[in-house]
Amino acid sequence: MATQHSRSAARLMISPAVLLLLGWMIVPLAMTVWFSFLNYNLLQPGPRTFAGFSNYYYFLTDPAFFTAIWNTLVLVLGVLAITTVGGVLLALLLDQPMWGQGIVRILVIAPFFVMPTVSALVWKNMFMNPVNGIFAWIAEALGLQPFDFLSQAPLFSIILIVAWQWLPFATLILLTALQSLDSEQMEAAEMDGASALARFVYITIPHLTRSITVVILIQTIFLLGVFAEILVTTNGGPGTASTNLTYLVYGQSLLQYDVGGGSAGGIVAVILANIVAIFLMRMIGKNLEN
Amino acid sequence: MARRVTPARKATVTAAAWALGLLIFFPILWTILTSFKSEGDAVAIPPKFLFFHWTLENYAVVNQRSDYLLHFWNSVVISFGSTFAGLLIAIPAAWAMAFVPGRKTKDVLMWMLSTKMMPSVGVLVPIYLLFRNTGLLDTRIGLVIILTLIDLPIIVWMLYTYFKEIPGEILEAARMDGAGLRDEIIHVLTPMAVPGIASTLLLNVILAWNEAFWTLNLTAAKAAPLTAFIASYSSPEGLFYAKLSAASTMAIAPILILGWFSQKQLVRGLTFGAVK
Repeated sequence: MATQHSRSAARLMISPAVLLLLGWMIVPLAMTVWFSFLNYNLLQPGPRTFAGFSNYYYFLTDPAFFTAIWNTLVLVLGVLAITTVGGVLLALLLDQPMWGQGIVRILVIAPFFVMPTVSALVWKNMFMNPVNGIFAWIAEALGLQPFDFLSQAPLFSIILIVAWQWLPFATLILLTALQSLDSEQMEAAEMDGASALARFVYITIPHLTRSITVVILIQTIFLLGVFAEILVTTNGGPGTASTNLTYLVYGQSLLQYDVGGGSAGGIVAVILANIVAIFLMRMIGKNLEN
Repeated sequence: MARRVTPARKATVTAAAWALGLLIFFPILWTILTSFKSEGDAVAIPPKFLFFHWTLENYAVVNQRSDYLLHFWNSVVISFGSTFAGLLIAIPAAWAMAFVPGRKTKDVLMWMLSTKMMPSVGVLVPIYLLFRNTGLLDTRIGLVIILTLIDLPIIVWMLYTYFKEIPGEILEAARMDGAGLRDEIIHVLTPMAVPGIASTLLLNVILAWNEAFWTLNLTAAKAAPLTAFIASYSSPEGLFYAKLSAASTMAIAPILILGWFSQKQLVRGLTFGAVK
């Protein structure tokens, strides 16, 4: 059905998108690579000299780098653990017959639509503040010492905030997947005398595996780039206690004006993200075949 | 489907689900409530839940003091501008890939997706410098350009998954009835494509509205959308809880409402069609 004529028309229709994305991919990334090999600081006028791998050397041997990698890992894995386990449980609950299901769904999904700066500030001030926050009030009501979340457990607090934002996403996707579960298969298993636990382990979980993988991979891509939540709550501190890789590169580039070092950090972030991306692409690619 | 559920079980499930739902929603509810309090009531311990003097004063103050409308308008221009620009570029591309698929179509789609995986911070330095040197820093047009580029892959993908579901037989039937290419597009394809385009638009406006990496790094006073404006409350000014809440409520309300209409599209759009 596709003639030669429509083929070339199709190519013409696709090319603007392809060219733009190609430019977006290549130009800035090539510049980052280029800068990463220069001694280039916006505060130091004068010629930019070739630096070899020294930017990478300094970035990768900076103790802050290891802290940042560790924090990034803890942040990503912590949020993933909370959102996938919580998401599966919530989705199972919401899939049951109940009154007002639509409204509950709306309540659960809402945090996903709150912009990161708002949710971070609301949590920081109105919940985690050791004097006026709701958590402090609860602690006092229980006879405990109020806990200063953001200075004593900054990373944990940020994990809590980010998990609150992403739990709805996991729940929504897993709920959608649950609703496509073949109810006849369930009933057949029930008739054959399979217990609720057995049905969950042998039917529900295998059915959800793919969606859980999708949830994990997509969240990972976004979670590697968590930025605003850190900026408005802790600024990466105290010290570097809540600095992740994204925030470290931001600090290097736009706070210290070290273009060379920041670029080297950026390339490191790109490489790490690509390792995750390869897995995700395989998943989605496989799905495209079907 | 006729699985019997005892009323007692249904009641238990309902109670548990509502309790959890309200717990998850509580921070938003609390923000909305606090926005109607006086600053004194906002920090009162024990907290005042419903019995306080309700006031609209915070909304008035926020609107007067901080050019709230300017930032709101910036958000509107940036999110809708980038979405429309993205649709303009993506519709022909997705269309061609769905209806005239070639051998390379899948590779092109996967490659587009891979551009989305690039962490923004990897290109922060060059984009910042390019913007600085071309005078695009702190301009709405600059942000529209960036957000168009970063959302383009999602827009193409979403449209593609929708267009793909339009049955090809319909085109053939129209052709048999003597419809030309023009009629085909105007009378057959467009009506079937509109829902998909609308869903894509909705989801992308939401994503662009809440984008908080580039908006924070590339804007200052002039072009800052609400994400960046709210971030300015992280300074000691943030101690004014009621005003923070009023500004926040106004910033999230429109998108909360849009978002509730787009639950289905969200799943599809954000999983690139992997979960429907």
